Amino acid sequence: MFTMSPRSVTHILTGTRIRERRLALSRRQADIARAAGISPAYLNLIEHNRRPVGEDLVARLAEVLEVPAEELASGREEARMAALREAAARAPSGKDPAPELEQAPELLARFPGWAGTLIATSRRADALERQLVNLSDRMTQDPYLLTTLHEVLSAVTSLRSTASILVEEGELPEEWRHRFHANLAEDSLRLSTTAQALVAYLDSFETEEGIYTPQEEVEAWMAAGTPPIEEAADLATDAARALARDHLLRMRAERAALPDSTLGGASEAGDPLRIAARLRAPLDLVMRRLAALRPPGFEEVGLLVCDGSGTLTLRRPAPGFPLSHPGDACPLWPLYRALATPQTAISARVRVPEGREFDTISYATRSQPEGIEGPLLTQAQMLILPAAGAPDAPGRVIEIGASCRICPRSDCPARREPSILSPHRAIGGL
Amino acid sequence: MIEDEPNIAEAVRFILTRDGWHLALHDDGEGGIEAIRDQRPRLVILDLMLPNRSGSEILSELRGEGDPGLAATPVLMLTARGQTAEATTQADAVMAKPFANEELRAQVRRMLG
Repeated sequence: MFTMSPRSVTHILTGTRIRERRLALSRRQADIARAAGISPAYLNLIEHNRRPVGEDLVARLAEVLEVPAEELASGREEARMAALREAAARAPSGKDPAPELEQAPELLARFPGWAGTLIATSRRADALERQLVNLSDRMTQDPYLLTTLHEVLSAVTSLRSTASILVEEGELPEEWRHRFHANLAEDSLRLSTTAQALVAYLDSFETEEGIYTPQEEVEAWMAAGTPPIEEAADLATDAARALARDHLLRMRAERAALPDSTLGGASEAGDPLRIAARLRAPLDLVMRRLAALRPPGFEEVGLLVCDGSGTLTLRRPAPGFPLSHPGDACPLWPLYRALATPQTAISARVRVPEGREFDTISYATRSQPEGIEGPLLTQAQMLILPAAGAPDAPGRVIEIGASCRICPRSDCPARREPSILSPHRAIGGL
Repeated sequence: MIEDEPNIAEAVRFILTRDGWHLALHDDGEGGIEAIRDQRPRLVILDLMLPNRSGSEILSELRGEGDPGLAATPVLMLTARGQTAEATTQADAVMAKPFANEELRAQVRRMLG
């Protein structure tokens, strides 16, 4: 199921930017090539993204083109390319015309303002979707909100009944009149106090940025390119910084065990199991390193890791693959099937509600780090790639979602709670 | 009536007493279910959100009583609008808070004939 794309986007971006810069200066290819010490034909190949560009050559071309080297280098742009792919993945499946992904490098290079607007809009949509889920969670589960709303309702009910009695019941005994007046004063005070507290609480929803758990802070930090921990704005809590340090240590150890050059050279095999076999490396290590390095053929790979309880411990998103809160995932993800069959890789095609399909490989391992008497630990991981070609077994595509709360599949047999996106249906399996 | 909000209970008691009904008030589920067994009322007005035991739990217990006459006691459930229908399926009637006094009076008259 796994196929390779013919080229990495890395040099595509760099070549396009070199060409754009040269044209902006109205310089001829031959002049620039001569000044940089290469042939015009070679520069032509670079500019048309047919040859990779090393760091030294980028530096020489940058000097000739009178720009900082980093403006030509593609590292900074890769993140923007990934963001553009994310934005394209948000488009509904079957939309005509589909986003022209192959033109994305041109869009970035020639219309950086429009590309930035598209990226910002897509991110805003992500943030709003996330906020919607958070608000829905609170509306239905937040004990403070439920209690406060009950208080408001009780006070309003009492006020309405008592006021009606005073207005509509005619003459009342003096004792009852005094009592109802006192009740009115008491309920109106209770209502105003509770309402103020409720407004203050609801206001706090808007000021929060939607990052709630240390794990989510770490994921935001990873998405920002793992900047130095002490300077990372995304790492707001001690717990998140500790998790980030652990992550760096683990990444360093795994990189030492399977260096970039070794993995990059073997990634052309396409199938992670073949790569693992060729490198004589554990499959779980190969899967994690593919997700971290994203070598050619794996540029859009995503990775999910969960522990034996099913709790997600790492989420590296793949463009268009729906993710929700760490503790609130779709039970139909093949990741969870792997937990039941450790040491056996599972290949499965999945389809998300928007219609996109992905090929997944899931694999679980077991270990006893404290010895034979120690606890048995299970970890599963799922590698996610955009679907390539027809599925091996037509019709065997698993319909999945992000989590029940935001999944529109109302007839899903694994549903555990109603969706906020579709009419209420009976919950199966209970 | 089983209702933990004293001012609501007081207003309802005044209205229904003025109409000639006798109303016994209880502010929690435990005391309320005991009172139903002891007093065998013709109608139970039951709040859904109660401390300790919810109105739906009390209703389920009442419907499960061995004495068929007691188990069939008519129940008017008071709820917040939008609360789950499952919680009130065993009630004979449901009224959403806040309600109009006349609405409550008419409902009680209908249920008690």
